[in-house]
Amino acid sequence: MMGLHRNEMVVAAFGLAAVALLSLLPLVSEGFALSLGVNLMLYAAMCTAWALFSGPTRLVSLASAAFFGVGTYSVALGLDSLPFGALLLVAALSSAALAGLVGAATLRLSGVYFVIFSLGLAELIRQIVAWSQSRFAHKMGLYVFTDLTERDLYWMLLALTSLVFVVGWLINRSRLGFALRIIGDDETVARHVGIATARTKIILFMISGAFIGIAGAISAPRYAYIEPQAAFNPMISFQVVIIALLGGTRRLWGPLVGVVPFIILMEFITSRFPNHSSVVVGVAFLAIVYLLPDGVTGLLERLRDRILRRAEPGVSSTTRNEIGEKAA
Amino acid sequence: MSATLISVSQARKAFGGLIAVNDVSFEVREGELIGLIGPNGSGKTTMLNLISGALGPTSGEIKLAGCRISGLPTEMVARAGIARTFQLVRVLPSMTAIENVMAGAVFARNRLWGPRAHDFARELLGRVGLMGRENSPVSAMTYIDQKRVELARALAADPQLLLLDEWLAGLNPSELLIGINLVRDINREGRTIIMVEHVMDAIRTLCGRCVVMNSGVKIADGAAAAVLADPDVIRAYLGDDDA
Repeated sequence: MMGLHRNEMVVAAFGLAAVALLSLLPLVSEGFALSLGVNLMLYAAMCTAWALFSGPTRLVSLASAAFFGVGTYSVALGLDSLPFGALLLVAALSSAALAGLVGAATLRLSGVYFVIFSLGLAELIRQIVAWSQSRFAHKMGLYVFTDLTERDLYWMLLALTSLVFVVGWLINRSRLGFALRIIGDDETVARHVGIATARTKIILFMISGAFIGIAGAISAPRYAYIEPQAAFNPMISFQVVIIALLGGTRRLWGPLVGVVPFIILMEFITSRFPNHSSVVVGVAFLAIVYLLPDGVTGLLERLRDRILRRAEPGVSSTTRNEIGEKAA
Repeated sequence: MSATLISVSQARKAFGGLIAVNDVSFEVREGELIGLIGPNGSGKTTMLNLISGALGPTSGEIKLAGCRISGLPTEMVARAGIARTFQLVRVLPSMTAIENVMAGAVFARNRLWGPRAHDFARELLGRVGLMGRENSPVSAMTYIDQKRVELARALAADPQLLLLDEWLAGLNPSELLIGINLVRDINREGRTIIMVEHVMDAIRTLCGRCVVMNSGVKIADGAAAAVLADPDVIRAYLGDDDA
């Protein structure tokens, strides 16, 4: 928690090397592999951002689609008047504002209300957007034409994912991160040691929502034609939750572990059995909840602990053997 | 005589038709160690919850060093300088002993962070008898050790007023002796303490003064020996026949 430890330096070096390596992908491949890469990066960013909030607080947010959609529409509506970079900022700010409103309304209540409300939120906004489009603009969607290539989008999403990691790491080291861990353990104790629990949760929900909004904004050029049904698709929310839980939310890099297998599986399913993808999502969700309650990373940590415990007596017996050999 | 630190005036807490605390008033001066006693269900813990801000009073007022704290959110009461332990011990289960204690130091009055919070927490762990156990996960600790961690966490806030809710309950005789000495030492450093307690030996040894509650009403307030000999108090504990 204090100062830069050697472990952290090693992790940072690995992270930088990974980012450098991943940034080479668009140079060596195009088409399918790059498109898959964009999908992977998109969900890496969103799931890590989701876990920033839902990991420590253990409050399952189903509002990802709402933030994603707000980000997408920020680009679609502002493309003619503002540069793309500014639109990313607009997406971040409007998603954060939305998260702040929803948080202020629901995070003071108990967790169940929050989950239900977050699910309803995306649907509510989708209906409002659809209604106002048909009422005032007399059309269903908006065109997004940019000269951004799949390559550019990949690099932007890679940068976003890296940014989410850096911010997540900074939060973990800060008072805010410590406060969140305490809240996740025992909210009553948190209040009694002087933590403004509701405000802390709202701030983090806003940070998390802003990142998902940016992810939505970067995705907008991929759609070319944006409709509420696609931008506010509830499947986005469910996939984000499932991937993050599959990877595990106890570590910052946990969701990342879930992204690769799940996106590749989904890619396979949607190409082979296009009509059954929601069934697969449902089955995957059940399987994760029952078989991997702490995700893959939780399982790995438990295995590591078990091996370490088994190794300890083993270590002492080998040293004894060595001593015995030397004596002989 | 030292200044009044906390004054409770006409505090009342009603849960629907049940009046758990019924217009109770008392004062605690700086540096005092008072016992808040009474039979089960007499409203002691509710009184403690009113002072610590876990509950807001239905009516009445509580002041800390002249400032009104009743009605403030719990975290503001904590920051004003009131720390507590809980009747059923509440540690932070996913953390180590030292992280539990740091939780008390980081957000309350003294707002320590980084190495200073760490050193302070380690010092306090030593203080409650857990030297060298800094990195033990609290979930693997015994009940008494968890209680020690909880006390260290409360002290880490450097509170003006420390509330102990049956902190000595469930200890065996030798642990009890250690616990009593610890509470006495903390008080002798000038820390004001209100303790809810059932262990009468501890009350007799530690508390100069006792406030006695029964069915939500204050029935006695005075020197511990005198209060414990009061016929009303004996009746409250043992029934009419023994008074």
